[in-house]
Amino acid sequence: MAKIISKLNPRSADFIENAQHMQIQVDDLKAKLEKIKLGGGERSRERHLSRGKLLPRDRVDQLLDNGSPFLELSQLAAYEVYKDDVPAAGIITGIGRVGGQECVIVANDATVKGGTYYPLTVKKHLRAQTIALENNLPCIYLVDSGGANLPNQDDVFPDKEHFGRIFFNQATMSAQNIPQIAVVMGSCTAGGAYVPAMADESIIVKEQGTIFLAGPPLVKAATGEVVTAEELGGADVHCRTSGVSDHLAQNDNHALEIARSAVGNLNRTKDVQLKIKEVNAPDYSGDELYGVIPKDPRKPFDIKEVIARIVDGSEFDEFKALYGSTLVCGFAHIYGYPVGIVANNGILFGESAEKGAHFVELCAQRKIPLVFLQNITGFMVGKQYEAGGIAKHGAKMVTAVACAKVPKFTILVGGSYGAGNYGMCGRAFDPRFLFMWPNARISVMGGEQAAGVLAQVTRDQKEKRGESWSEQDEAEFKQPIIDTYEHQGHPYYASARLWDDGIIDPADTRQVLGLAISASLNKTIEDTKFGIFRM
Amino acid sequence: MFTKILIANRGEIACRVIKTARAMGILTVAVYSDADKNAMHVQMADEAVYLGGSPSRESYLLSQKVIDAALLTGAQAIHPGYGFLSENSDFCRLCEQNNIVFIGPPIGAIEAMGSKSAAKSIMEKANVPLVPGYHGDDQSMDVIKQAADDMGYPVLLKATAGGGGKGMRQVWSEKEFKSEFEAVKREALSSFGDDRMLVEKYLTQPRHVEIQVFCDNHGNAVYLFERDCSVQRRHQKVIEEAPAFNMSPELRAKMGESAIKSAQAIGYQGAGTVEFLLDIDGSFYFMEMNTRLQVEHPVTEMITGQDLVEWQLRVAANETLPKTQQELTINGHAFEARIYAEDPDNDFLPATGHLQFLQTPIESQHVRVDTGVRQGDDVSVFYDPMIAKLIVWDESREKALQRLTKALKEYRIQGVTTNIDFLHNVASCDAFVTEQIDTGFIEKNHDQIFSENNANNQNITHQLPMAALALVLQQSNKANSHATTSTDVHSPWHTNNAWRLNQANLHPITLSHNEVEFNVNVEQHPSETNVNGNIRYTITVTSQDKDNLVYQCEGELAGNRFNCFIDGVRRSITVVFADLDVCLYTAEGVYKVTQVLADMGDASDDTSAGGLTAPMNGTMVSVLVSAGDNVEKDQALMIMEAMKMEHVIKAPSDGMVTSLFYQAGDMVDGGSELLSFEATDV
Repeated sequence: MAKIISKLNPRSADFIENAQHMQIQVDDLKAKLEKIKLGGGERSRERHLSRGKLLPRDRVDQLLDNGSPFLELSQLAAYEVYKDDVPAAGIITGIGRVGGQECVIVANDATVKGGTYYPLTVKKHLRAQTIALENNLPCIYLVDSGGANLPNQDDVFPDKEHFGRIFFNQATMSAQNIPQIAVVMGSCTAGGAYVPAMADESIIVKEQGTIFLAGPPLVKAATGEVVTAEELGGADVHCRTSGVSDHLAQNDNHALEIARSAVGNLNRTKDVQLKIKEVNAPDYSGDELYGVIPKDPRKPFDIKEVIARIVDGSEFDEFKALYGSTLVCGFAHIYGYPVGIVANNGILFGESAEKGAHFVELCAQRKIPLVFLQNITGFMVGKQYEAGGIAKHGAKMVTAVACAKVPKFTILVGGSYGAGNYGMCGRAFDPRFLFMWPNARISVMGGEQAAGVLAQVTRDQKEKRGESWSEQDEAEFKQPIIDTYEHQGHPYYASARLWDDGIIDPADTRQVLGLAISASLNKTIEDTKFGIFRM
Repeated sequence: MFTKILIANRGEIACRVIKTARAMGILTVAVYSDADKNAMHVQMADEAVYLGGSPSRESYLLSQKVIDAALLTGAQAIHPGYGFLSENSDFCRLCEQNNIVFIGPPIGAIEAMGSKSAAKSIMEKANVPLVPGYHGDDQSMDVIKQAADDMGYPVLLKATAGGGGKGMRQVWSEKEFKSEFEAVKREALSSFGDDRMLVEKYLTQPRHVEIQVFCDNHGNAVYLFERDCSVQRRHQKVIEEAPAFNMSPELRAKMGESAIKSAQAIGYQGAGTVEFLLDIDGSFYFMEMNTRLQVEHPVTEMITGQDLVEWQLRVAANETLPKTQQELTINGHAFEARIYAEDPDNDFLPATGHLQFLQTPIESQHVRVDTGVRQGDDVSVFYDPMIAKLIVWDESREKALQRLTKALKEYRIQGVTTNIDFLHNVASCDAFVTEQIDTGFIEKNHDQIFSENNANNQNITHQLPMAALALVLQQSNKANSHATTSTDVHSPWHTNNAWRLNQANLHPITLSHNEVEFNVNVEQHPSETNVNGNIRYTITVTSQDKDNLVYQCEGELAGNRFNCFIDGVRRSITVVFADLDVCLYTAEGVYKVTQVLADMGDASDDTSAGGLTAPMNGTMVSVLVSAGDNVEKDQALMIMEAMKMEHVIKAPSDGMVTSLFYQAGDMVDGGSELLSFEATDV
């Protein structure tokens, strides 16, 4: 295969300045996550521990195989969304290896608002289930939650993508032989009671776990019956009498060990139908990605410098290199897996879009996973391009991307604006995973452009009325718009709302993609049937 | 010379004989029991014949089967080794009747020495000095007790047919006599099928010095000098040496000639050992003559440069002795340490188990290892639990002793409890170094030998990160091998890097050493590898009473070879993983660190406290109580036998025996509950 030869000099002043700038952004991200990782406040953590319970992250570690990687999802969920601080939306989700099998793990964090479900908690839980469904991964739920967050019930309970969907997913995944295992390690009240009840196999911790539709206070209110939580829905009741749970565990560790055994009995195999090569590290260290991305986001960069630091041996067989060169397409390997890479090197023209559609068709036909590296301001505009059919060419690419049934992975390495986001497999196009770099920005258009458009409209109206508008007034008009776009287009804002699956350190891109691709291969790659391409 | 011989033995001695026979161009036939089907001696021999069941009375002790095996394979001679049939005159007779040469002394000599009391009267007649004692035929307890009373306590009660520490007990006072008498009788009957016994004056500070003699069938006799076997426990030799320290040439000659006189008094032929007690004043007394090759013969070989098995074969083939007395000289000093599967901290209880890991010191002109087991073998309940003999030689006692302690450190066994640390403590004991040795050595130096000054009780520092790193690398190796057998061979999910998104990659491990727990965090830096591709780790050790200690580490683990750099110091050591234990065999000693697993709670409703369990695998000899009996603390409840030794199961406190799970004759697995017991509430 052809090697990409880097044209960058890591000792150049630009490179060093870029790297320092990225380092600041990565450090900021990690500092925020360091705090989020703790979960609830110190007092609630201490109370949790004093009951002999493990903290949720320790539960996950204990559940996983020794030394297993854990691809955590949406670490910044609910970040600065609610007036309450809800770290990680009170739920930890991710993919890890249990008994050699990749599993989706969903763990409530009872130290955060009693593990209750905020709207974004629901969204994060559902997203983890979607990943399990799309990639055919067993689900393990470590349940310790008070159920729906009552003050937010209107955004949690009634709608299609709300609380009920959790159970719908459990039932339909179970139907597809995607195992559902629940470990009840705390309360599991009301709707929550259905998590273990709907599970294929469930485990409950003695004197910790409780499962009931209505807790003791509600029972007393409803019928006058006075009963303790343990009598009402403790481990003994459910393992010996009701049969709601299958295994009685002595403590958290024991419960997680039983869950590991349960996974051991799933009898699942992974049938990888890709032609896998030996793995070679890229010729250029992933750490150098820090220096590749310009400090000034308006400055372009060569996406091949990024590809060279992600793919095996920096080897890349480019497709149609001489045609529509603002979209780079080509074949490479990541951790030995063949991938088709679609990456932006400038604005999308008609040719680039057609080339992209062609390449996506190739990959779908050959069942090669697709990796999209987004750095896109959008499709080209102007009379010439509209007349040239940029809309229908763009539509071809969007159709191809939407219909392709191969696993798709999207990384936002720079801007993600407008219809470019669609053509490059944005969130709406069901990539199996979507991650952002800390420098990425996502919005319908750039803040400058949006402010410019709105200013132009305002100026036109004012001029029609014969009013004048000073340069300074215009600047004052534009700044809040620019600020809002910057704020809402920032990865923290995006990730907090689960527009992505998380923000990653650019240096980890290869590792994250490797794990994600491997996880996706638990699902057999289907044949693709494309829609109508407008010619 | 014979062209084919059969070795009627097992273990190290069978292997030892095969080695010499092979060097002499003689074909060898091994015999084996069920338990030994894949044993080392069976694999070493040219042919091997099955004898029977694992207990030696169903196999190695069956004379006729051994003879049949020799006839079947056309072996012209039988080497009996030591133990088993080596001093059995009936077996010799059977050999003779079948025209097979018994590689050992004539029948008459065995019979003469087989009975200790008869041996003593022969020696008395031949003017060999004897310890005062009663060796009479009247075996009534009163007569023997009277003799003991007359010579004054302490006395030694011995089974006439006994040897090797079995069927032998000290009696310190008149009132102990009856119970000890009965115990020796019982042991004698079960071990030798002969309960006759003798009693002797017990010397309090004697040395055990024995003379190796050799006689041929042409009237020649030589002595190959002495061995000092004073370091004993329960009359079982622990470390032997040759020559004996503090030995004048005159005394040596005197004892040597006395030994030859003893041998000639019974018309001896072949290899024999005359055991003497050497008193501090230089007087010595005949104890007994062993009409076989001794376990400790290698120390004599090392200082004389002779192969005693070769001598045995030559004498048995009617050749003359290879050397005359004048041609024999002493060169340097040799020690032999007997490595046993036993627990010195638990009254030397024999241990059984699987040799999960076994690494011997590298053999050279200075270090010799005689063994009959390999890694992966079992030390079973059926036979003597000796694993190996470690023999060292050098020019002087001091140098040889240094080799011994070093080689003991390099003898690495995992899976079975051994006496290696104990041997090391003995060999490095001040009194041993300065030759303050008599047969009471171990009791006298008990505090120093058992002072637990071994490596495991030293402060542990860099060994913790070593153990943690070894564990992480072991997991990585496992993950790699798991990956290669999977359908997704290069999946990054198979890596063992504990990778976390946007967080440190941590392997948290809890280790314990001497019951102190340490939390160890191994942080992996996957992107930082050195030229060898080794990953760098930062290891943080937290313990309750100390500040966190941080180490920069890297390493490679290939099987049991572990190369590691801890804060820039390179060490190349052997590491053995056994269940939760990580054993580090370092230059400073053995460090055992145990991985502490997460607390899984206790699933059993444990109300059946007070059960008494078998200390090891063995046979129930007798049950002394019945269900429902009220017993007092320390009352004997059951007697078990293992490794030919009796062990009494005693009541842990006053209470009642509620039920019994075994009866006499049953085989019992170590750890099994023997009876249920309810303690009386205090």
